[in-house]
Amino acid sequence: MELKSGSNLEKMLRAGHFAFTGELGPPRGANVDAVREKAKPLKGMVDAVNITDNQTAMVRMSSWAASLIAIEEGLEPNYQMVCRDRNRLAMQSDILGSYALGIRNMLCLSGDHQQFGDHPRSKSVYDIDSTQLIQMVKGMRDEGRFQGGADIDGRPNMFIGAAANPFADPFEWRVHRLAKKVQAGADFIQTQCIFNMDKFRRWIQQANDMGLTEKVYILAGVTPMKSIGMARYMKTKVPGMDVPEAIIKRLQGVDKKKVADEGIQIACEQIAEFKELKGVAGVHLMAIEWEHKVPEIAERAGMLPRPTV
Amino acid sequence: MIVAERKPLDEINAMLKGYRRVLTVGCGTCVAVCLAGGEKEVGVLNAELQLVRKVNGDPIELGAACVERQCDMEFLDPLEVLVDHYDAILSMACGAGIQFLAERFAEVPVFPAVDTTFIGANRDVGWYEEKCRACGTCVLGMTGGICPVTMCAKGLFNGPCGGTNNGSCEISNDQPCAWYRIYERLAQQNRLANIMEIHPANEWRNQTPRTLVQAGYRRRKEALAS
Repeated sequence: MELKSGSNLEKMLRAGHFAFTGELGPPRGANVDAVREKAKPLKGMVDAVNITDNQTAMVRMSSWAASLIAIEEGLEPNYQMVCRDRNRLAMQSDILGSYALGIRNMLCLSGDHQQFGDHPRSKSVYDIDSTQLIQMVKGMRDEGRFQGGADIDGRPNMFIGAAANPFADPFEWRVHRLAKKVQAGADFIQTQCIFNMDKFRRWIQQANDMGLTEKVYILAGVTPMKSIGMARYMKTKVPGMDVPEAIIKRLQGVDKKKVADEGIQIACEQIAEFKELKGVAGVHLMAIEWEHKVPEIAERAGMLPRPTV
Repeated sequence: MIVAERKPLDEINAMLKGYRRVLTVGCGTCVAVCLAGGEKEVGVLNAELQLVRKVNGDPIELGAACVERQCDMEFLDPLEVLVDHYDAILSMACGAGIQFLAERFAEVPVFPAVDTTFIGANRDVGWYEEKCRACGTCVLGMTGGICPVTMCAKGLFNGPCGGTNNGSCEISNDQPCAWYRIYERLAQQNRLANIMEIHPANEWRNQTPRTLVQAGYRRRKEALAS
């Protein structure tokens, strides 16, 4: 079968391997070494690395630039793009430019509201939303047309990603929103961090029943808890996050020095289940500001060595 | 209606620095209803200005007027005889009214006494909620009468996003999630099919200054133009 982008991530998924992706947040400055430092422990550990785009609405090195540094470090980037900061002109030119310089995967997101960030009174764009962004990238790739209808000279053959949050309200609607993103043209999905496994099982069951998992690769989002404080913060302060009390209790049940280890253990148990769960094609590991722990997590979760395709 | 909020006295006072005779003009329509710039508010503002200028040893002569609608040239006629006496005008109308006043009396500086805030509705006395961004492509028929452009903090057409939080928006627990409500209302009316299909990228019609001539009046406009 003909590949859409030829990215490593696409080839892994097409070959039927259980994919493993990581994440790298660009620095709050032009510090190239900071990107290289974060990239090093990820090399050979994951199939692609999400490069976040002004995450939490804080200004950071642009995601395409950090993606290029990641390529230099031997990683395959998954270039994130949010709808908050760019209109359709800027988005399309960045898509062309990033593809021209070797980026092959991208993740289409709405983005956190600017009110959370360090420029809370900035003007957001939201010219288009994440579903419409997926549609636009697909149109550019498959039809060779800009959103405005004109022909493109040199199509950007991106492997198109999207996000899904099985835990946001209303639960009954989430799978339908997933369906809309699949219909728009998403090739793969990375989910919000999963802590409530029961709810996730129900969601993936719905996606299976609707035939969606045959049309899109779903990578389950995993975030190891570093501390009890982090677990509490995610439970109470992060919108759309569902952290069951049992997770916090389990972290509280171990020696203080072993909490981070227990967090990794929980993540590994989740990954083990995802490997067996129908409809899950891989795991997206969001080790937030914990990139150096990725080799240990990958090892303990039995994800190594990564297959080559 | 158009909802406005009076500017702080200090800001208004700073704008009027150096002007000795000022005519404050209220508007009897939207800004009167929302208690920001009607006849009563003109009186209150003038009293405050009078006092602060007196305290500062820089007295001011203030006139008061209120017209039915500042956004309608014919209602500005009665001001003609008054304006000559003043060296500035302070308008308490919305941004449209202020601009019409400034256009009509172009020789006199016109200053805004209110911040025009939004197109909104009256929830209770003195309590207004934004409801419309005048995007020019109304989708309320599809969304169960809840505007995603205005009520969703991200203006999404295919929501809700992953930040919806027990029915609230990610920006605040006090802000309901527009798309949660859209879902609930359409489910209640058995019309969820409305949002099952992708809503394509909006063709924005509010990106240039807009002029509207209703169909029956186009000839009249052409005649006026020539």
